[in-house]
Amino acid sequence: MPDPTAAPPPALRLHRVAKSFGAVTAVSDVSLTLHPGRVHALAGENGAGKSTLVRMLAGVHRPDRGTLELDGHPTVLRDPAAARAAGIAVIHQEPTLFPDLSIAENLYLSRQPTGRLGRIDRRALRAATTAQLARLGVTLDPDRPARGLSIADQQLVEIARALSLDARIFVMDEPTAALSGTEAARLAAVVRGLCDRGAAVLFISHRFEEIFGLAHDITVLRDGRHVSTDPADRLTPDTVVRRMVGRDVGALYPKTPTTPGDTVLEVTGLTRHGAFHDISFSVRRGEILALAGLVGAGRSEVVRAVFGVDRYDAGTVTVAGRPLPAGSPAAAMAAGLALVPEDRRQQGLVLQLSVERNTALTRLRRLARHGLLTTRRERADALHWTERLRVRHGGTHTPAGTLSGGNQQKIVLAKWLATEPAVLILDEPTRGIDIGTKAEVHRMMSELAARGLAIVMVSSELPEVLGMADRILVLHEGRATATLPGPGATAETVMAAATGHPGGAA
Amino acid sequence: MTRAHPRELGVLAALLLLIAGTAAANPRFLSAQSVRDLLLSAAILTVLAAGQTVVVLTRNIDLSVGSVLGLAAFGTADLLATHPGTPLPLAALAGITIGALCGALNGALISYGGVPALVITLGTLYVLRGAAHSWAAGRQINAADLPRPFLDLGTATVLGIPLLALLATAVVLAVALWLHSYRSGRELYAIGSEPAAAARAGVPAGRRIRTAFLLSGSLAGLAGVLYAARYGTVDATAGQGMELQVVAAVVVGGVAIFGGSGSVTGAALGALLLTCIGSSLAVLRVDPFWQQAVVGALILAAIGLDRLLTTRLAARAARTAPEVSRAG
Ligand SMILES: Nc1ncnc2c1ncn2[C@@H]1O[C@H](COP(=O)(O)OP(=O)(O)OP(=O)(O)O)[C@@H](O)[C@H]1O
Ligand SMILES: [Mg+2]
Repeated sequence: MPDPTAAPPPALRLHRVAKSFGAVTAVSDVSLTLHPGRVHALAGENGAGKSTLVRMLAGVHRPDRGTLELDGHPTVLRDPAAARAAGIAVIHQEPTLFPDLSIAENLYLSRQPTGRLGRIDRRALRAATTAQLARLGVTLDPDRPARGLSIADQQLVEIARALSLDARIFVMDEPTAALSGTEAARLAAVVRGLCDRGAAVLFISHRFEEIFGLAHDITVLRDGRHVSTDPADRLTPDTVVRRMVGRDVGALYPKTPTTPGDTVLEVTGLTRHGAFHDISFSVRRGEILALAGLVGAGRSEVVRAVFGVDRYDAGTVTVAGRPLPAGSPAAAMAAGLALVPEDRRQQGLVLQLSVERNTALTRLRRLARHGLLTTRRERADALHWTERLRVRHGGTHTPAGTLSGGNQQKIVLAKWLATEPAVLILDEPTRGIDIGTKAEVHRMMSELAARGLAIVMVSSELPEVLGMADRILVLHEGRATATLPGPGATAETVMAAATGHPGGAA
Repeated sequence: MTRAHPRELGVLAALLLLIAGTAAANPRFLSAQSVRDLLLSAAILTVLAAGQTVVVLTRNIDLSVGSVLGLAAFGTADLLATHPGTPLPLAALAGITIGALCGALNGALISYGGVPALVITLGTLYVLRGAAHSWAAGRQINAADLPRPFLDLGTATVLGIPLLALLATAVVLAVALWLHSYRSGRELYAIGSEPAAAARAGVPAGRRIRTAFLLSGSLAGLAGVLYAARYGTVDATAGQGMELQVVAAVVVGGVAIFGGSGSVTGAALGALLLTCIGSSLAVLRVDPFWQQAVVGALILAAIGLDRLLTTRLAARAARTAPEVSRAG
C-alpha cells in the first residue's frame, strides 16, 4: 500500500466544511482528503452526515462554510453539471431513475452516442449500455423502461450510470445496500479496477466486511463531526464501531431460542409465471423464517404475492387455517399480516408528511379517540418509537423526506411494528441501517418472536440470515432450492443453494 | 420508431373504426370534398397539438395557445390588409414571431418566476386575448381585405391533399424527429419523467422548458397564420376556447398529462380523432350536446387506459425481471 505522504497530490480535499438545514446541523467542520488510486471509506451512524457530504461533492448542496479543492485548486461546484464536468461521478444513496426512459437512456442521458447530423445512434447506445451492465455482471434489457425495476436493479443501474462517466473521482453512497454478496463482490472488483487506473474513490457502507475489504483509509463521522481518519490496516471493526457510536454496542443477532407454537402462515405451491414457481413454506408462532437468495431470485416477489400486493397464478395462502383471498392487502392486514416493503420511498413512506403522521398511518383508527386523532397523541406515540429506534430527526413534525436514508427506514419499521401483527413480513429490514440500530432491530425481532409473532424475513445479508433465522428457505431463479435449519446452516450451504447447487449443501 | 406503440395503435384503431362506422351509415362521409374538409380542419388543431405535446412532456401545460393563435391570426391578417404588398413568407414570419414572443414570455415567467405553468398560462390566456381585443378594437378583417394568393393557400391542394394538411404533417414529423432522436429532445422526456433525477443528471431544465414554450408559442403563431388563410375572416375572438380542444387531443393521443411519456404522432392522431368525431356526429345528425359528451368520455377513457397500461406494464416488467435480468 502506498504511503499517503509520498502519493500524488490529493484529487479532492474538503476543508472544514459545514452544512445546516434550518435548525438541524447535518455536517459541521469536516475535512476529508481523497487520493488517486485509493479507496476512502466513510463510516458513521444513520444521520451522521455522510450523504450530506456526498451531496456537497455532487453539487447538490453548497457548503455553508469551508472549501473544496480539486487537484489543489479551490473550486465551487455550483450544480450537479459542474460536479460532473469536474470529473466527479456520484452514486446516490436513493437511486433516482427516469421511470419512462429506457435503461440505456437512464445511463446515457445527454451523452447518447450520436451519428449523422447529431442523431442518436440507438444501436451504439444499446451496445454501450450492455457493455456497462456486463461489467457488473447484469444482463438487463437496455430497451426496457426503468419503471418497475426492483430496488436492487435500480441500484445497479445507478451504479452503471456512474461508472459509465469518464470520471477521476467516484463517490459511492451505500451502493451495496440493496445488493447481495455476489453483486457486492463484483462491484468491489470494479472499484479496485478503478483505483488501479488512478481514480479516487469515496465509499460508504454500513457493512464492515466491505469497508475493511476495500478501503485504504477510513474516516469516522459522528453527529456531523469528524472523529478520526486512519489507514484501514491500523483499525479494527470494533474500534470503528466504538468511534461511530460513542458507546459499546450490544451483541448483533441476539437470537433467543423460542419454542414454536401453532402454524400461522402456510403457503403451498405458490406460483407466478416468470417470477417464482411452486413455493411452499409455513411459519409457526415464535419462529423466524428467512428467505435467502441472490438479487432477482424472486424473494420479494414471493412475499409481495403472499401479502396480496401482487397477484399469483397458482397456490394458496392460509393464515391460521383460513385461506387468504389473493391480491388483497386489505384482507391480509385484517388477517393480521404486516409487510415492511423493500422500497421505502415508493411504498413505505409519505415523504411529505411528518414523522409522527407517518408513524401513526397504519393505526389511525386505534390511536384516535371518538374518531378524532389528536396531534398530541400522535406525537407521544411517535416519540416512543423514534426513541426506541434511535431515529435522528429535527423534531417529529418535520417531513419524513428530510430524514437520512437509514432513519427513513426506521420510521417504516416503526410504523409496522406498532401494528402488532400476527405475522410480520420484513423485506430487507436493515437495509441502510447502521450497526448500532441493526442490533436494536434484531433485538426487537427476537422479542416479538418470543411473544409469539411469526416473522418472515427477506434478507440479502448472509450474517443476518444466519444469525436470526430459525429456518432458511433458499431461492434460486424463482425456485426453492433448499430449506435449511437456521442453527446448522453455514454461509457455504446457503450460498451453494442460492447459486443453484444445493448438492454441495448435503 | 424503434418499437410499436400500443397506445398510438389504439388511437389509430379508434379512428379507423369511427370512419368505417360513419361511412357505412352515410357513404358521403368519404367523398373527396368531405375528406379534404376534415383534413383542413384537423391541420390547425394538429399544429397546436404538436407544440402542446412538447410542453406537456415536460410536465407543464400551455393554456394560452388559443389566445396566441388569435393574436397571431389577427396580426397577420391586419398586416396583409393594411400592406397588401407584403410578401407572403414575410407575413407568415410575422405571425410566427408574434407567437414566438408570447411563448418566450410564458417560458420566462414560468422558469424564472417559479410559478406553475397552469397559473401563468391561464393568466396569459386572458392577457393576450385582451391584447387582441384592444388591437382589433372591434374591427373584423374580411376575406375581401386579404390578398387572393394568401386565401388560396388555405384551399390549395397538392396531388389532391390540402396544403395545410401537408404543412401540419411536416411539423409533426419534424417535432417527432427531434423528440425521438436528439439529445435535447430526450431531455424533455427526462424532465417530465422525474424532475429530481433530471436535476441530478445536470439537465438544463429551465432552458429546455423555455424552449418548449417557445416552440409551442411559435407553432400557435403558425397556426394563427393558417387560420387566417383558411377562414379569411378574422376578429379578436379567433381561436377562442381552442386550448381545451388541444389539451384534449394531446391527452387522447396518449401523452401523459404528468409528463415523461407519449409522442407527437399520438397527439396528431388524437387531433384527427377529435376532428373526425365532430364531423361524423354532424354527418349522423347527432345533437351537438352529445358531441361534447363523447369527447369528454374519450378523455376519461384515455386517462383510464393510461393508468391501466402503466400499472400493467410495470407488473409485467416486474414479472419477467428475474428471467431477463439474471443469467445465474
Ligand atoms: N434537506 C434536509 N432538510 C432537513 N434536514 C436534513 C436534510 N438533509 C439531511 N438532513 C438531516 O441531516 C442529518 C444528516 O443526514 P445524512 O443524510 O447526511 O445522514 P447519513 O449519514 O447519510 O445517514 P444514513 O446512514 O442514514 O444514510 C440528518 O439528521 C438529516 O435529518
Ligand atoms: Mg445517507
